[in-house]
Amino acid sequence: MKSAVITFPGSNREGDVIRALHHASGVAPMKIWHQDHTLPHGTDLVVLPGGFSYGDYLRCGAIASRAPVMDAVRAHAAKGGLVLGICNGFQILVESGLLPGVLMRNAGLKFICKMQHLKVGRTDTPFTSAYTKDQIIKVAIAHGEGNYVADPDTITALESEGRVAFRYCDAEGDTIKGNPNGSINAIAGIYSEKLNVLGMMPHPENLIETLVGGIDGRGLFASVTAFKGAA
Amino acid sequence: MMHNKITITPDLIAQHGLKPDEYQRILKLIGREPTLTELGIFSAMWNEHCSYKSSRLHLRGLPTKAPWVIQGPGENAGVIDIGDGLACVFKMESHNHPSYIEPYQGAATGVGGILRDVFTMGARPIATLNALRFGAPDHPKTRHLVSGVVAGIGGYGNSFGVPTVGGQTGFHTRYDGNILVNAMAVGIAKTNEIFYAKATGVGNPIVYLGSKTGRDGIHGATMASAAFDDTAEEKRPTVQVGDPFAEKLLLEACLELMQTGAVIAIQDMGAAGLTSSAVEMGAKGDLGIELDLDKVPCREEGMTAYEMMLSESQERMLMVLKPGKEKEAEAIFIKWGLDFAIIGHTTDTLRFVIKQHGEVMADLPIKELGDEAPLYDRPYVETPKRPVLAPNTIASPVSNSDALIRLMGSPDFASKRWIWEQYDHLILGNSVQQPGGDAAVVRVGDGPHGLALTSDVTPRYCEADPFEGGKQAVAEAYRNIIAVGGTPRAITDNLNFGNPERPEYMGQLVYCIRGIGAACAELDFPVVSGNVSLYNETNGRGILPTPTIGGVGVIEDVTKAMDLAFKAEGEIILLIGKTIGWLGASAWLATILNREDGAPPPVNLAEEKANAAFVSQLIADGTATAVHDLSDGGMAVGVAEMALASGIGAEITVLPSGGPQHAALFGEDQGRYLVTVRDAATAQAVIAKARAADIAIDEIGITGGATLTLPAENPISLETLRHAHETWLPAYMAGEM
Repeated sequence: MKSAVITFPGSNREGDVIRALHHASGVAPMKIWHQDHTLPHGTDLVVLPGGFSYGDYLRCGAIASRAPVMDAVRAHAAKGGLVLGICNGFQILVESGLLPGVLMRNAGLKFICKMQHLKVGRTDTPFTSAYTKDQIIKVAIAHGEGNYVADPDTITALESEGRVAFRYCDAEGDTIKGNPNGSINAIAGIYSEKLNVLGMMPHPENLIETLVGGIDGRGLFASVTAFKGAA
Repeated sequence: MMHNKITITPDLIAQHGLKPDEYQRILKLIGREPTLTELGIFSAMWNEHCSYKSSRLHLRGLPTKAPWVIQGPGENAGVIDIGDGLACVFKMESHNHPSYIEPYQGAATGVGGILRDVFTMGARPIATLNALRFGAPDHPKTRHLVSGVVAGIGGYGNSFGVPTVGGQTGFHTRYDGNILVNAMAVGIAKTNEIFYAKATGVGNPIVYLGSKTGRDGIHGATMASAAFDDTAEEKRPTVQVGDPFAEKLLLEACLELMQTGAVIAIQDMGAAGLTSSAVEMGAKGDLGIELDLDKVPCREEGMTAYEMMLSESQERMLMVLKPGKEKEAEAIFIKWGLDFAIIGHTTDTLRFVIKQHGEVMADLPIKELGDEAPLYDRPYVETPKRPVLAPNTIASPVSNSDALIRLMGSPDFASKRWIWEQYDHLILGNSVQQPGGDAAVVRVGDGPHGLALTSDVTPRYCEADPFEGGKQAVAEAYRNIIAVGGTPRAITDNLNFGNPERPEYMGQLVYCIRGIGAACAELDFPVVSGNVSLYNETNGRGILPTPTIGGVGVIEDVTKAMDLAFKAEGEIILLIGKTIGWLGASAWLATILNREDGAPPPVNLAEEKANAAFVSQLIADGTATAVHDLSDGGMAVGVAEMALASGIGAEITVLPSGGPQHAALFGEDQGRYLVTVRDAATAQAVIAKARAADIAIDEIGITGGATLTLPAENPISLETLRHAHETWLPAYMAGEM
């Protein structure tokens, strides 16, 4: 599996996701600069990492979504290539039109960093095959604007098409008590129509080692690695 | 427009914070009246913050050397060798006054400034910590200040991309009008790739990097006067505005440029901006500096030389480059979208020459700007010694269980989760131990080394006895590092005090420094960087003397780091260190009896060291299953914290001293640790070993259940304790109390 991680000015979790991908696949991902116009030949997975691209000025992800490299990302997604946006990467994906909806300020109006439980949705996707359906996993969240909002038709479509990838929940799986930021239906991550683009606010890349919080994030990277490995 | 050549009046001198005799010294040094720009430069270099004129004499006594120290005080940050060719670069600095005026930006730029100090030396920041002191919770400004400071620290650090891994937050009415915001940054560099401020070579280009220069931060309170400004331009805020995004780009661009070998010297523009950075680079390298201000990237038009030299606009750097490397360097900065301009060169004249529009605006001797700064031996008096309070003279009005619940839910002890959940403490994926423990534990890269990081001081003790309080702050940092399995290596000290022109406050400074020095010397724990913040007072009343100690320790194998959570039921709890039940200046006395009198607990440094070595051995050989250092709140609070961290309860069955139970439970005797071991047999072996080594040790109880039981009292459910511990701060911030 060939993966590429894009660095925008202000990206700051690119190293974390590079480490997670390297760990899972044994191969270091390629680093792509936001001014590049193309992706390396043969790229299977493009990752938009967490951070504060352009300082979150204007709107989170709004400026980065206009970067030259985003045309290449859109073309890659259109061909069915895998795209993963984490945190600020998710914000960039919704700003660039690759995923629907918006990420508003957290309901509590404060930045939140903590360990957070998620309920895994379907497991027949390139990103979640290593998990079991409704599995409760513990990963990190670290965001000020992760409150997922979309119009009722979009929410209905996401729900009926099985495109909610992860929901926030508590340790017992309660998505109402465990919703940290006010997201509609406790949505923590969503897929594109063809399930090849995933945007999520939580950080599975920070949960890949027993020593540092746990290993519940490994499943996502194992899934994408296995997916292309099998193809 | 201000004119550069104006008559220097006594008023003008006073407005620049210079004393008449200091002005006489200037006249003698340069042999003529200074220009306005020159006066500004002197006032920037000779103020307390930059010159340490009140503290320098006393700081000289601090131990600063050890075989592992690569760079002690005097550079942007201290540097120690942590093995494997790696160095840890760290420093703590205050941003107290700006944070009181404008809490968000004040705190944010405090974090930005200290991060810059660390990456200026070629280190990539891997962690920040902070120490915050606010006024009484019921003071009308406190809630607003807490909210703004926390948001500012988070807003800057989170965006920059460094985990905020630890800190401490306290409340006391003596900070009502003068809060403290101390921020510490820690970075990692290769030992052979450390960058310094010292310029070398004549005729080398001086390069300006980063954000543009604006009129923010010019000369703080002294120079906002319109009297010098014929056009009566609007007054600008004196607090700088931070841009963490620009700082992140500056970090990446600087580290990338350093890799090319183009950098001879580098200095960030912090306090006193362009002035201080240029003078330091020249003075350290015995070189002159000539700057052409027409080349400086400016945010606003028509800035005068005076304004440009004193601006404290953030996210700026000054470098001396190797000749011929300019193009390569410029390409890197353009890639990162930052300003890059060659604004001058080094000379062999030892003069600091500032030109603008072809005119010389300042021409000063560069060495003297730094070296000849006033140095004061200010009069000081020693704080009168307080009587030692005998434990059996202080009765407890409440049950010990009630006292414990009250303490755990009091502002100083209550969980600070509300604060640290607003800080990204998980980014970089190396935060082995989360906030809330003894010291934060951060893995270095992919290991095996880790760092133990802590910030400590007990201002109540420093007020009661500055010497013992200074000692205690260092000893507590030492203890916190030991408790997580680290080897204490070095400290950074952030000395926050009142007005040094008052002998009683000057005395606090002098004796705290002596106490710090005594502890550092005995514990082999040198000071490698620091910062002094004086004049922290409002309406003539100073803050509590608060010498914050930022401690750094090395953990050889971070997978073996220790923590404070009980590990299993039925384990034996051992108390290491001597307990007599010291209630003077204790948290119990303040919280339960509303008294802050009495002498604070003395620190016996020899015992401190011996007990630490004993605990380290128990961690290293795998005997200890959990370790917690004891500080304020004493043994009962320590056991409660271990229980809450694990969800496993405990029963305290035996108390170590013969005095009153509340004194044994809440006394703050120093040099102590709580350690758990697996079973009774192990406990007996450890006790025998301790006695053989002349280490005081007591078996005090056993872990288990979902309650905490104090001797002869009803069990307290952990839920009750947790509720008390977790509720106060969120409820207070929501305005519910």
